[in-house]
Amino acid sequence: MRERNDDVSQFTEECEIAVTVNGRRYEQSVPVRLLLSDFLRHDLGLTGTHVGCEHGVCGCCTILFNGEAARSCLMFAVQADGMAITTIEGMAGGQSDLHPIQQAFMEKHGLQCGFCTPGIIMSVHALLHEHPDPSEEEIRHELSGNLCRCTGYQNIVEAVKLAAELMSAQQMEVE
Amino acid sequence: MKPPRFQYCAPRLIDEALYLLDTYAGDIKVLAGGQSFVPLLNMRLAGPAYLVDINHISELHYLETEDGYMSIGALARQRQVERSILVQEQHPLLVKTIEHIGHMQIRNRGTVVGSIAHADPAAELPALLTCLDGEVLAQSIRGERVIKAQEFFTGYLSTTLEPNEMLVEARFPWVSEQAGWSFMEFARRSGDYALVGAAAVLTPAPDDTCASASIAYLGVAGAPARGHAVEAILTGSAMDEQTIEMAAEAARDVVSDDMSDVHASVEYRRTLAAELTRRVLRSAWGRRVRQVTQNGEV
Repeated sequence: MRERNDDVSQFTEECEIAVTVNGRRYEQSVPVRLLLSDFLRHDLGLTGTHVGCEHGVCGCCTILFNGEAARSCLMFAVQADGMAITTIEGMAGGQSDLHPIQQAFMEKHGLQCGFCTPGIIMSVHALLHEHPDPSEEEIRHELSGNLCRCTGYQNIVEAVKLAAELMSAQQMEVE
Repeated sequence: MKPPRFQYCAPRLIDEALYLLDTYAGDIKVLAGGQSFVPLLNMRLAGPAYLVDINHISELHYLETEDGYMSIGALARQRQVERSILVQEQHPLLVKTIEHIGHMQIRNRGTVVGSIAHADPAAELPALLTCLDGEVLAQSIRGERVIKAQEFFTGYLSTTLEPNEMLVEARFPWVSEQAGWSFMEFARRSGDYALVGAAAVLTPAPDDTCASASIAYLGVAGAPARGHAVEAILTGSAMDEQTIEMAAEAARDVVSDDMSDVHASVEYRRTLAAELTRRVLRSAWGRRVRQVTQNGEV
């Protein structure tokens, strides 16, 4: 990561940014009004980040911004200059591997149409980082920032419980 | 649902930002957490020609304990305040209030001061600042001034902040150790703006009556509102069910006649204001530390 671009001490409509997404560095010129969600999808082709409501309610566009869950539709691409972002594409280790959270969602059928799933996976990642063994109440509370219109959440909650088990088992193996 | 065109600048120093605000006053907006402001841009409800992004001004990124109040700089994120051990220990009412704001993803970016500057009448922090008789610090290139909460919020999304001023700090007075406190709200869905909410601080007297009461509401008018009539009923009274019932009845009048919309009628909001009053009073009174009288009796 480099220092932020000093050009932005002047008013501008277009700005050079350097941003690290899923460990890969991108340098590009962007219009300052470009939303981060659109930058990820249209400029970088990372269409796993979904756009539902575009005003911060649905949670589909949730990403990790310097490790913390945030709405990419409520930020501008220019604000990501010098920052590190993780999207759903950065979760799995390789083409065939799944992240334990993804594995758990598959096994517990924690999705139906799948539109909300990338955002939910990113939120769950942030939740399990802070609470490795969350109670059902904590899970439901933290999931309240992501809307799912198919599942009724039951299997999503089950998937998060399994994900917590898988991740702590993985952690114990490492230790 | 895309923001309109604007000119963008992200200075590193407060003085640079204040200079820009003064130069383009009236056509420039400050971008901090952006969790309320970017939706307004996306929906084209706001369209300033210039945007000054203060996220790189590191001197605004602070939480400090001062004599009399907790001081929060313009870049302190809500989540950072909520997680701070210092704030959890010294100002639990502030933490409890912040927990009601939006969702974790929103609080990771949203700032405490930004929520106050935005002045949504249904927002939590303006109501808390009003309940505590807090203050804000505004700066411009001409100097700085301290504004009391009572004189800051003037109506729907409106404050007495001048176009060339920036809100740089919010000051939340400490709640005394004896006092009991509570914050509650009712929202249809978790994380939505609440229909009505209430913050209360009750200080007990040596005879265990209520020595002083402070209560403020959100979602009841164009700006956060103090429940002066409710406070008058409580002050000097024994906190029994009869007093609480009278206070709840008085709380109905806090709701302004024009607070009817697609989400709730005035009558429903009045019912909520009364019920939330009962609940915050019982909860706050339950948290008080009883005074020990001179002969040692509690």
